[in-house]
Amino acid sequence: MSEIDIEVGLKNVFARYKGATNELIPILQDTQETFGYLPEEAMKGIAAFIRIPESHVYGVATFYEQFYFTRRGKHEIKVCYGTACHVKGATRVVETFERELGISHGETTEDYEYSLERVACVGACALAPVVVVGKKVYGNVAPGKVKGILNKD
Amino acid sequence: MQVSSPDHLVEIREICKDAFKRQKRRFLVCAGTGCVLGGAMEVYDEFKRLLEERGYPVDVELFFEGQETEAGVGISGCHGFCQKGPLVRFEPKGVFYTHVQVKDVAEIVTASLDTDTVVERLLYENQDGSRSVTEEEVPFYSNQQRVVLAHCGHINPEDIREYIAIGGYQALADCFAKYTPEEIIDIVTRSGIRGRGGAGFPAGVKWASARKASGEPKYVVCNGDEGDPGAFMDRSVLEGDPHSVLEGMTIAAIATGARYGYIYVRAEYPLAVDRLKIAIAQAKEYKVLGDDIMGTGFNFDIYIFQGAGAFVCGESTALVRSIEGFRGMPKVLPRPRTTEVGINDKPTLLNNVKTFGYIPQIITRGPEWFASMGTKNNTGTAVFALTGKIINSGLIEIPMGITLREIIFDIGGGITAGQEFKAVQTGGPSGGCLPNELLDMQVDYDSLVSVGAMMGSGGMVVMDHGTCMVDVARYFLEFTVNESCGQCAPCRVGTHQMLKILEDITQGRGKPSDLDLLEELGKAIVKGSICGLGNTAPNPVLSSLRYFRSEYEAHIHAQSCPALYCKEFIAYYINPNKCCEPCHLCQEACPTNAITARWRKTPEIQQDKCIKCGICIDVCPDNYRAITKVTGQQRLNLLEFGRPGRS
Repeated sequence: MSEIDIEVGLKNVFARYKGATNELIPILQDTQETFGYLPEEAMKGIAAFIRIPESHVYGVATFYEQFYFTRRGKHEIKVCYGTACHVKGATRVVETFERELGISHGETTEDYEYSLERVACVGACALAPVVVVGKKVYGNVAPGKVKGILNKD
Repeated sequence: MQVSSPDHLVEIREICKDAFKRQKRRFLVCAGTGCVLGGAMEVYDEFKRLLEERGYPVDVELFFEGQETEAGVGISGCHGFCQKGPLVRFEPKGVFYTHVQVKDVAEIVTASLDTDTVVERLLYENQDGSRSVTEEEVPFYSNQQRVVLAHCGHINPEDIREYIAIGGYQALADCFAKYTPEEIIDIVTRSGIRGRGGAGFPAGVKWASARKASGEPKYVVCNGDEGDPGAFMDRSVLEGDPHSVLEGMTIAAIATGARYGYIYVRAEYPLAVDRLKIAIAQAKEYKVLGDDIMGTGFNFDIYIFQGAGAFVCGESTALVRSIEGFRGMPKVLPRPRTTEVGINDKPTLLNNVKTFGYIPQIITRGPEWFASMGTKNNTGTAVFALTGKIINSGLIEIPMGITLREIIFDIGGGITAGQEFKAVQTGGPSGGCLPNELLDMQVDYDSLVSVGAMMGSGGMVVMDHGTCMVDVARYFLEFTVNESCGQCAPCRVGTHQMLKILEDITQGRGKPSDLDLLEELGKAIVKGSICGLGNTAPNPVLSSLRYFRSEYEAHIHAQSCPALYCKEFIAYYINPNKCCEPCHLCQEACPTNAITARWRKTPEIQQDKCIKCGICIDVCPDNYRAITKVTGQQRLNLLEFGRPGRS
């Protein structure tokens, strides 16, 4: 992503805010929504906008699970790792995705097609184990279903 | 419409009631997260299409113009019975349909509107094979007592007029017209309600202390940072009945003199955020929120703050730091109470979603009514997300004080077929695993703490003999290690060390001295940590050591995982007496080609190639079930002699 793109994107985000410290987390969320992750240049821009040290922005962003610092894959696969899913075999589902995609959870494939993640409870425990791909949710996922899910996207 | 005075609400309620009466019959499609995942919105669209085809106006606005319609369709919040979704309710008969798909809709419409019958095959099937027609007849519901969930599944959460029609915002009007702030606090105190976030601090005491504290402006915060894995109660209330929470918060604002409110919602709950945004906008339009509420001159605004994913933010001081735009780290001890020094160092009243959800009913039905439910020091009802290896998963509400057995077997319908109950986990990463012997224990704040568990926010995960208790303890510790804010050493370093020991045990490197060390470490972390996260993090380990010690010992001494779960201790075996031989499904499915078969021979698993993924068991047809897992001595025999038995 070029610096100009980042500048334009940030400008759109900042237009909605006053630049107060308590807006930092919503600004980071909007920035991530815009770019898909938090590019370094964008975080520097945010620090300048709110007039706080860059370390503060970085410190807050790294504290929260939601924020990413590298480009994500086109399809984001989130395997629910809540208790109900764990008890019903989420670990095996994660391992199957890892094997099929050739990456570990938390990583993105080299072609930027897929990112794989374990996420905290998505709150659909009755359908455990649950896998979320983009906005589509799959319930009662057994390792045998993994290939089918990947082929759909 | 605007509510211009507390008395005026009665008039508006009648208008809303009349309007909805003009819709003679209607289909309510559950639009909770679980059902939406199952295709509820497509089902809704199909109902709409079919009714419009018949020329019935389905647009709610038309009823307000005085038009009548034969039938309509609407959405509702979560019914709680997510496992059977998508759910559809037909009013006024109350017919309750489960697993409804788009292709079923035409049949339901014809049966309901033309032939006055029901679609038998979509009704809930009881264990004896009979069918329940209404929701109330389904055992899952008939054993519950729904208070805070009463409206979830019965009203459209995206239409304030439905909430008003069933008596909503009357409690708020009463608080303006009948009670002083002190009297409101007195009502809350007398109801005996304790905070529903998990720790159970008396709400009345908290409210009184927020009222007494000096500093302006004051804040009211609704804690919807439901981070416990395996819990989704708060989400369902926010999605299914958002106005009850807004009303409860506004009443709290009157009682404490607050000017601003925040609802802190987890980022993982996009539907709850959308519903809240709609509810807040509608409440402002009706003047039951915002400036000059009900013409009384009282101002109160509510903002939504989306959390960014940090379990520790459920702790009040951490949540406040997060709203202020910092890392969500709890304040160090000794810390002042949030009711005195909260957001921007101003007095802040912080309660859980459900606590606020109960408030309107406590005001209108009286504190004595609330206190009559439950037990003496644990009044009211409790909401649990009942999940895991259980027949009826979903959201339940029960009076405090009923037993675990009633919850799991009467409401939950017992354990999934062919398995036996082993343990129930309550309170998530802060709670504990309770064994069979404690099934007849009462469920309330104090009893749970006395056996080493915790109410928590209300997750209840049922486990059977296929669940390894050591692995469950490891799972929770892994969670806490990730979520520890890292501020204090007992929690940051201690939980990390405990996790390492648990990993050693589950991976075959356990030592006999490990168990004592785990206990020692656990007790030190409970004592030494500065916030609730650390204080309770060792609970899953300590409670499973207390009730399931033999399972830890089997891992360490006998190289055995009795639950057949931990990979290091198990091996897969194809029983030649059960295998049908020619199907080869397992062979085709095996991702590492570990299954080989000579012509007309039973396939065999090459143990050195097997990665123990279990796919072969999944694909082996049910009428053979030839593949089994073995552990302990049987596994050693298998590795040495090629079969689990010695002979």
